[in-house]
Amino acid sequence: MKRVRMRRLKVEKRTNPSAWTVFCISLVSILLAFVVIGFIFLGFGINPLEAYLEIIIETVGNSYGLSQIVWQSIPLLLCGVGLLLAFKTSFWNIGAEGQLLMGATAATWVALFSPLPEPFLIPAAFILGFAGGAVWGLLSTSLRSRFGINEVITTLMMNYIASNIVLYLIHGPWKGETMRGFAYTDQFPESVWLPTIGMSDIHWPTLLLGLFAAVCVFFILNRTRLGYEVKVVGQSPKAARYAGISYFKTIFYVMVISGGLAGLAGAGEVLGVHHMLRHSDQVSLGYGYTAIIVAWLARGNPLIVILTSLLFGAIYVAGDVLQLSFNLPFQIVNVFTGLILFFLISSDTLLKHKLSFRKGE
Amino acid sequence: MEWQLWVIETLRRALVYGTPILLGTLGEIYAERSGILNLGVEGMMILGAFVGFTTAFVTKNPWLGFLAGAFVGGAASLLHGFLSIHLRVIQVVSGLALTLFGLGLTGVLGRGWEGQPLKASIAELSVPGLSRIPVLGPILFTDQNLLVYIGIGLAVLLWWVLFKTSWGITVRSVGEDPRTADALGINVALVRYCCTFIGGLLAGLGGAYLSIVYRPSWTQGMTAGMGWIVIALTIFSLWHPLVAIGGSYAFGSLFYLSFRLQPWVAPELLTIMPYLFTILAPLLLHASRRLRRRMGAPGALGLPYRREEE
Repeated sequence: MKRVRMRRLKVEKRTNPSAWTVFCISLVSILLAFVVIGFIFLGFGINPLEAYLEIIIETVGNSYGLSQIVWQSIPLLLCGVGLLLAFKTSFWNIGAEGQLLMGATAATWVALFSPLPEPFLIPAAFILGFAGGAVWGLLSTSLRSRFGINEVITTLMMNYIASNIVLYLIHGPWKGETMRGFAYTDQFPESVWLPTIGMSDIHWPTLLLGLFAAVCVFFILNRTRLGYEVKVVGQSPKAARYAGISYFKTIFYVMVISGGLAGLAGAGEVLGVHHMLRHSDQVSLGYGYTAIIVAWLARGNPLIVILTSLLFGAIYVAGDVLQLSFNLPFQIVNVFTGLILFFLISSDTLLKHKLSFRKGE
Repeated sequence: MEWQLWVIETLRRALVYGTPILLGTLGEIYAERSGILNLGVEGMMILGAFVGFTTAFVTKNPWLGFLAGAFVGGAASLLHGFLSIHLRVIQVVSGLALTLFGLGLTGVLGRGWEGQPLKASIAELSVPGLSRIPVLGPILFTDQNLLVYIGIGLAVLLWWVLFKTSWGITVRSVGEDPRTADALGINVALVRYCCTFIGGLLAGLGGAYLSIVYRPSWTQGMTAGMGWIVIALTIFSLWHPLVAIGGSYAFGSLFYLSFRLQPWVAPELLTIMPYLFTILAPLLLHASRRLRRRMGAPGALGLPYRREEE
């Protein structure tokens, strides 16, 4: 172990930080982000303490707020679990947003235009939603492995393309006949609306799929051959090649799952929340981008995504509160997520080094 | 002869529409040549667009707007620089955070500014004499703005610095092999900070161009993925400032056409064109074997540098 000695502060390399240290440092970085946001509140003439008190009361302080948190966390959970798997492979899938939108589009097609009999509609919508997201994600894998084209760019460009396809459909061929003047599709027949829990908005079939996905990905990572290959490819593609692991095959399966889960999230949003296809900014409130941080914060464990998606669900609800009570734009949510990501990656450096105050030797 | 007028007009507008992409790409080329992958271009551009617009609006001076926009982009890039050079974080994630943060912050601060027309834009000018040259005159020298020429001038200047001066060799060696550069006594961190800062300045300037010249107004998220196109174009230009000129104007013509062809094709499908081209262009590059051999990122791109003893 090498040491850099300064006068009193000692910096040591730390090889394996404990789960407790990781938790504490993550918590501190989130709190720091909240402190910085406090200054933005001040800039708008809002007392930050008052704002945070209001947020706490309106989110975790009552049952409606709590149910809203769970409801907002559903797409984040599905996208986050998928992204976590991709990031484990060091495949930077930034395209969950587009994969979600294509899932929503595929599910809309089933709900409005497919000739299937009623009881099959919801399962078919989810299956096609999964397929829509997966196909959308797969294009970047072949470009990456055949031509070495950076997946960050391709997955991102596919987001813009997906968004414009949705806009084209709702303005053009799928424009609803009953929605005079508005760019929506027709409303889905009630038989394909997802059931919700009690009076809340929580569409539980999608939530269940999300929880199931988290457990499945946990199982895949820890108990299967694919999970092993994912870890090797993620650590070192070169080592993977020597071990006879096909890079293309691995990222292919990973992106089927990653894109597919984002597609399920999209299907859940249109079947459970909107009951129609509408403007892409309304179908997804940037879930695909926020899910990047949801996955990052979980530090490689898909079960922890359940917790981190709830945290960011709460931040979305807080964004609503700020919009309603303090008239701040909803975009404040992106400031939160950007800042938290900044502090989180900075804290990674802290995790790798131990600081302690000691007298110089 | 109508189609000839069409082509000339498209090429003329390609210069106008391609300039913000050119500015951003030149900056990203410098950052990446020194080994820093900054995916925060979209965030720096939107910050530059917002601050550039508000400054030009308040002071009624577009040039102060360009200056302020460039400065904000530069400041934002230093944040990425600090995280990637000193804290050695994963640069992909840091750049994404910068983009999210920039889009979010300008969305929050910019609400009151939406829909306000900017009266203080810069004048279009025609070069007397040169504008009479057939074909080239109407494309290059008629009703162009000064920033177009500044963009081309910068591309040539930055090419010259990168390939013809000793500082250019320094930058490239830091990006290819920082350990050797360090052993030769080059301050790796300083060079990387400088190049990242140049990248930020130019991205901010490109953003300010968007909100002052391109569409003289402020709209939330008005960069609409242009920052990502910049990152893609940096690769297609083989990290070469002069190649970036051609690439930027190719994208510029697509942006113009996606606007111009609207009477015949649905606007949403036309908007897809530049994004689709971003994905397909590398395939064209790969078709040529000579180009494929030259396609190679700087050796140490995206890798943090750490001395042995640290």
